[in-house]
Order: sequence, then structure tokens, then C-alpha cells
Amino acid sequence: MASRAAGQSPSRLRGPSGRIWPLWGRRLRPWLVPLLLVALLEAHARTLGRGSDALAAPSAALWAGWQLLRSGELLAATAFTLGSAAAGLALGAGCGAVAGLALGLMPRLSRASFLSIEMFRPLPSVALVPLAMLVFGFGLRMEMSVVAFATFWPMLVLAQAAVRQVEPGLIEVARALGLTPAARLTQIVLPASVPRLFVALRLCVAIALVVAVTVEIAANPHGVGYAMSLAQQSLDPASMLAWLAWIGVVGVAVNGAMLALQRRVERRMGGAA
Amino acid sequence: MKGRRMQGPSRRPALSARGAAPSDLLASVAMLAGLVALWWAASHGEWVSRVFLPTPELTLGSLRHGLGLGAAGEGAGDLAGYSLATLGRMVAGWVLAAVLGIGLGAAIGASASLRAWLGPTLEFIRPLPASAVIPLAISVFGLSSGMVLAVVAFGAMWPVLLATVQGLASVHPRLREVGAALQLSRLGFIVKIGLPAALPDILAGMRLALTVSLIVSVVGEMIASQPGLGQAILLAARAFRASDLFAGIALLGAIGFASNAALALAERRLLGWQRP
Repeated sequence: MASRAAGQSPSRLRGPSGRIWPLWGRRLRPWLVPLLLVALLEAHARTLGRGSDALAAPSAALWAGWQLLRSGELLAATAFTLGSAAAGLALGAGCGAVAGLALGLMPRLSRASFLSIEMFRPLPSVALVPLAMLVFGFGLRMEMSVVAFATFWPMLVLAQAAVRQVEPGLIEVARALGLTPAARLTQIVLPASVPRLFVALRLCVAIALVVAVTVEIAANPHGVGYAMSLAQQSLDPASMLAWLAWIGVVGVAVNGAMLALQRRVERRMGGAA
Repeated sequence: MKGRRMQGPSRRPALSARGAAPSDLLASVAMLAGLVALWWAASHGEWVSRVFLPTPELTLGSLRHGLGLGAAGEGAGDLAGYSLATLGRMVAGWVLAAVLGIGLGAAIGASASLRAWLGPTLEFIRPLPASAVIPLAISVFGLSSGMVLAVVAFGAMWPVLLATVQGLASVHPRLREVGAALQLSRLGFIVKIGLPAALPDILAGMRLALTVSLIVSVVGEMIASQPGLGQAILLAARAFRASDLFAGIALLGAIGFASNAALALAERRLLGWQRP
């Protein structure tokens, strides 16, 4: 449903007053509010908040960001965060998808494991940060394990639902054709549930990114989250704001890329709903 | 609406427990008991180091001691206090987030031009991790419990706000015509028609917001050293007290489970009138 809402939003956002605004004005309009906010912050930082340790002017933040980019810090930290998020995602969502497909195909096992899944699923992923710290120490493996835990459960539940929602007629056709269970899985069930699995994957990508940054802010001394905390602790608000804006940009870029990928998959294999 | 109903089973698995046959319930309990037995065997057999994996008995002992059920002694009842602190933070932040999110969301969602002005900005902030604003909040508000509460409310507000905007934007045009025919004012339309029609979306957003507020509360306690389960489990891990760590994790899981279940129940009650 989220995908459909996002797909509809541009047309909905235009609204009935679109006629007053020429096309270029409509393109420009979404930028006005952020620009106004940035200008306000700039004005504040240059007048009342001069020399503040808490906030910096957006222009100073932009300059700090440029310095971070030139020194290579920005890209190194981003690579660590994205890398550990991707590794954790591959592990967690991969296992979740396999387990979810298995449970979707075996209703009795699914009913038996219902209680156990519902016990573990609501556990907040950050609760595992101290445990991961104890087991793995700081670094890639710790962040990866927390991301894997966080993405495992949504994928498990959604993959199970994806298999359940495969058109029953298709399963009957497979039975009538006398396909073995393995052939039924690879030739009927998997292709039919790919669009739904992809929607689940997109959700898990967003979760993985959020959890990776959270782990870095909470404990792990690597990546963009830690760089941002460090900038705050060394009273460098310009760099801190630069990191914050960069985290936002990375989030939007990754989500946008996943949405575009999902649209392609849907065009080739049919929609999810 | 159609999409929502079709997603029902994945979003509300708790419902399927109601119709469960006794044999299924038995199998569920057996499975859970099997997992605990596996834990017992793994910790007693030292398949994994005891430093990481305490025995179930030790964890239960820590839990009893921490909740003040066992013998009195140093630290008895600490975990109960921490749990209440975390729970209070989570609920306070969540209520603030719900009030702010529904209020702002109704204002934005009811007006097409406001949506056009603010929509893209909201979409930009949506994927930003709530915990990413913690450093900013620390530098503005300092390391206080008010700071943690502000971050919890801020982080949990987005799901509610965006859901409210979306819910109000997709109110059926026929209902808008009804509102116009009844000559309802804009506020009257929002209160009497818009918000009730958007209730399923809003409640789904509030459910997500509850999860976010628990997570952000725990992270905030870890970073700002505010008393609570987040700080307790971090200190337990640093001191290699694995059984206390597991007790704290179990309590966090219980809070997550109970709050989720309570909200699912409330959702079913509140949305009863919408079901055909």
C-alpha cells in the first residue's frame, strides 16, 4: 500500500490550485519551504546565534561537508554504513525469506511456530546492541548482526504472506500437472510471489539503513552515525549538520532507487496487490 | 481500501490466533518449550561461551531479583524501576507524537495547497532515522531527560503525521460532497468526516509510532545515560553480567509485545464499525 501511495502522491500533491501556477512554478514550489527554513537558520546563525556551539549556518555546514568530501571521510564512512547495512540485510532478509517461504508452504509448521515468532518479533532491535557488543566487540560484525536481526522478522512474516496469497488456481494447476513439490516451488510459487517479496525487500532496505545508523549512534565507533556524534561531541555544529543532511540525502537516494527498481520488477512481473 | 484489506493477514497476524485449534496451541507451546530447551542445552553444554549466553535459570534468577521478587539485597527491584521509567518515556513520547502528528497531519491533509507546499519536505524527512537527530538534540537541549522525550516525540510523530495526511487525502470524494452539502466548516469536516474516515490509516501509523518510540527511548537512554532499561542493559554488557543483560532484553521484549498486543486490541475495538 505504501508503494501505491508514493506512486500517487505527485498527482495528488498538485492539487486543484495548479492552474494558477505555471509548470515551472509547480516544479519550484516544493523547494520553497525548505529554502525558507534554510534561509531562516542562516539568518539566525549569523545574528543571534553567532559563535554558537549548538547550531551553525547552513552555508558553514555546506563548506564543512565539502571539506569532508575532499578529505575522503564522507565516502569512507558512507561506504562502511552502506556496506554493513547491505551485509546485514543479505543475511537477515535472506534467512527470513527462506524461512518465510518454508513456513508459507507448510501451514502446520507455521501454526506451530506462530507463538515463538510473535514472542521474538516485537523485541526492539536496539536491545540487541549491548549483546552484539559483548559477543563481537565493535566493528562490522556487530552492526551486521543487529541489522540482520531487525530485517529477519519483517521478511519472515511478509514472505510467508506472499506465499499464502499466491493464486490458489495456480497451485491446483501445478497439482494437476503432477509437479513435484520442488518443481512447484521453483516454477509456480516463487515466480508468483516475486512482486510481493520485492515490496518486502524494499521495506527491509529502509529498516536496514535506519538500524545501521542507529547502531553507530548508540555504540559502534564507525560509519556516518558515529561521525555525526563525534562532530557533536567536538563542538563542531557545522560538520554535525553536514552529516545529518548527508544521512538524509543517502536515505532518500536509497529509497528512491529501491522504488525505481520495484517499478521495473512490477512492469516485468505484474503488480503486488 | 482494497489494498489494505488484502494486506490484513500480514499486518495483523494476531487475529489468526483467535481461531486456533487446541492442537495448534499445543504445538505452539511445544515449539516454544523446545526453543527454551535448546537454550538450556546450549548454555549447559557450553556450546557457546557462558560469558555471552547465561543459562535460563540464571536469567530467571536475575529477572526475579531485578523485579524485587526474590531475596532482598543490593540492586533488588532495580529492573522494575528501570522498566517503569522506560515505559513512561515511551508512552509519554508516543502520546505527544500522536497529538502533534494528528493535529499537524489534519491541518496539512485537509488542505490541498498546504499538501502541495509541504508534501515533498515531509517525504524528505520520512526516511531520516529518528535517532539521527539525537546528536542535534543533545547540542541544542543538552543531556537531559527532556531531550530524550523530545527526540522520542519527534521520531514517533512522523508515522502518525504521514498516515494522517494520507488518510485525509484519500477520503472518498462522495464524503467531501456530503460535507459540502451539509455546509460543514473546514474544521467540522475534519472532525466529523475526515478523521473518522482516516482512522484505519491513523491507527496503523500509531502502531508504527509505538515501535519507534520504544526504540528511540532505549537509544536515548543509552546515549544520554538516563535511568531506564536501555542504560541498564548497556551497563550490564560492559560489566559482562550476561544474565542481567538477558533479563533486561527479556523485559524490553515483554514491553514491546504487551504494547503491541494492547494496541491491536484497541484497533479492533475502534474499527469495529468499519467492517462490513
